[in-house]
Amino acid sequence: MTMKIGTGDFKERVDQGIHDSFMRGAVAGAQERMGTRRNDAAEELGNWEDWRSHGEEIRQHVLEHLDYYLQQLSENIASRGGHVFFAQTGEEANQYIQDVVKRKNAKKVVKAKSMVTEEIALNDCLKQAGCEVIETDLGEYILQVDDHDPPSHIVVPALHKNKEQIRDVFAERLGYQKTSKPEELAGHARLKLREEFLSADIGITGCNFAVAETGSFSLVTNEGNADLVTALPKTQITVMGMERLVPTFEELEVLVSLLTRSAVGQKLTSYITVLTGPREEFDVDGPEEFHLVIVDNGRSQILGGEFQSILQCIRCAACINTCPVYRHVGGHSYGSIYSGPIGAVLSPLLGGYEDYKELPYASTLCGACTDVCPVKIPLHQLLHKHRQNIVENTGQAPISEKLAMKAFGLGAASPSLYKLGSKIAPAAMNPFTQGDKIKKGPGPLKAWTEIRDFPAPNKERFRDWYKNRDKGGNQ
Amino acid sequence: MKGTIQNREKFLNQISARLGHNDISNSIPQRSWKYHPQDEVLTDTSPDQLVEVLKTQCLKIHTSLLSANLDNLAATLDKIVTDYGGGPVVTWKDQRFSEWGLDRLMKDAWPKENIEVHEWDYTQGAENIRYAEKANIGITISEITLAESGTVVLLSDKDKGRTVSFLPACFIALIPKSSIVPRITQAARIIRQKHLDGHRVASCINFITGPSNSADIELDLVVGVHGPVKATYIIIDDI
Ligand code: SF4
Repeated sequence: MTMKIGTGDFKERVDQGIHDSFMRGAVAGAQERMGTRRNDAAEELGNWEDWRSHGEEIRQHVLEHLDYYLQQLSENIASRGGHVFFAQTGEEANQYIQDVVKRKNAKKVVKAKSMVTEEIALNDCLKQAGCEVIETDLGEYILQVDDHDPPSHIVVPALHKNKEQIRDVFAERLGYQKTSKPEELAGHARLKLREEFLSADIGITGCNFAVAETGSFSLVTNEGNADLVTALPKTQITVMGMERLVPTFEELEVLVSLLTRSAVGQKLTSYITVLTGPREEFDVDGPEEFHLVIVDNGRSQILGGEFQSILQCIRCAACINTCPVYRHVGGHSYGSIYSGPIGAVLSPLLGGYEDYKELPYASTLCGACTDVCPVKIPLHQLLHKHRQNIVENTGQAPISEKLAMKAFGLGAASPSLYKLGSKIAPAAMNPFTQGDKIKKGPGPLKAWTEIRDFPAPNKERFRDWYKNRDKGGNQ
Repeated sequence: MKGTIQNREKFLNQISARLGHNDISNSIPQRSWKYHPQDEVLTDTSPDQLVEVLKTQCLKIHTSLLSANLDNLAATLDKIVTDYGGGPVVTWKDQRFSEWGLDRLMKDAWPKENIEVHEWDYTQGAENIRYAEKANIGITISEITLAESGTVVLLSDKDKGRTVSFLPACFIALIPKSSIVPRITQAARIIRQKHLDGHRVASCINFITGPSNSADIELDLVVGVHGPVKATYIIIDDI
């Protein structure tokens, strides 16, 4: 699997998404619950806006000094006996990892969930090297057992599957005989995966944040799988996107706090593990050999340009959990492992406009994503920039806005979706309003305004909208 | 032994060029933050108030919390171990167990009751991991405890295996009351300061908050996935 998922074109994928009623219900329910949890976790702090501003300034600072911090990180890892490989491309990263695997004569690899290894299609390359690859995050494991069904959400990858489907897959593939109760399903996975952890030759993880000053890196999970992946196999390989680091432990804690609250509404997740180098001389567990692979894969081209702020992203999925379009069409419609607003901005940058030109149109530009982003990435403005670029490059939009709206099922059938979006629409829309009606909106609103006038966005905050949404806004 | 670094120059040069830097600066970038929201959380809170915060949080993280003093610690621990169904038990090798008067329980009473106890012993190598894998209960000590999130912080070393806290079905952490701080902010500062003072950062620092769990199936919470299924904290009044 690469960053690209699914077959069929954009419209087909969206059609499938809209017609999968379990998926749509699951997504709506998930947004509801995760959104509420996130809101509570944020509000509980009392000074959430300051936290966001602090997260933003830390991430901006790191990007401005990325060369320095990567240099410092690599020195400190090497001085603790770890090996660092800088990979310009996904192929380079895969080649290096394949070499390690061959040198170790490894047959079995256990993995903890990592978006960047999906992005570079590492699993395929490991299999080519003759390795069995086992994903150990419960959601990823389920997808893997089901013939590598693609993930539909960056935090809850199997969100589109219900428990009966999971039971059937387990029964067919793993000889599972119990019920569809989540505890029993998880218990079975625990049993199966224990054996794998204990017999694996290599553990592979992603990296939530590396710490430049100490040469450390952190893993954030609830299941504890990353801990077993890094404690048991003799060799560990960690793959990180080159921007995923912080200067010191002091900034690490701020970003971890923002991540866990924004992603799952928890103060901290059950396991936050900070590892430094391979095991020490007399340590019994932990890897004997540690490799860190730092991946560019298109990121440096974003740096220094108009989309630089997207590299602030900490992959919390809050924007996804809040997006009315994601809610409507589900993760697979985006055709990328990065879905939702973050995916609509990032996928065209990493994968090119050719493959992802429709994604920037997968938005009502309502700005809800921007409002929740814990590191204040102006997501909806970046989407707008993409649209401008696409029009400038090709002289026309790749998909007429009207069609985009239709494709996303946002035709006249669901005006309430528009209404929800419009309530929180950014000030950018003001020039188009006449009185309290929008006459001629930008972007996809034009499609709408061709048909009828809509009430102009009021200044209602996203939070209020979210709270009131149940009262008939469930579209 | 120093590790290798490959491909760095070209990689970083490209980044420097994109950022408009002539080369990589030799001096550490100045970190002057405008915002300090972490300093407003639970500061000016007394140790007793922090215990209350911790208690409330434990209700949310599926973790039992007990308090003990040095007189009744052994009895308290014994009861939990019995409630959890007895051994095998695996523990770190740590002087403090003995200082807290737990020797009789761990080295005498439990073995007599057929509760097998394995104390981590690095000279036995991977044998330790096999014990941990078999164990019903793992017992560790929190170095720093975070009241806000209900988190214990464990630092690995040769006598303190990582797997003691992951492999057994039940997890018990002893928390010296003096180790409780408001939140992860203070822990990060303590860890950083130690590093700046020239101490080696532990190869594995675990921030553990309750038992393992997952919401990957229909977002229903399942407690106990890869790590422990049950967790208990015991606060020891040492102040
Ligand atoms: S863009 Fe912001 S909200 Fe979305 S995943 Fe990244 S950090 Fe989270």
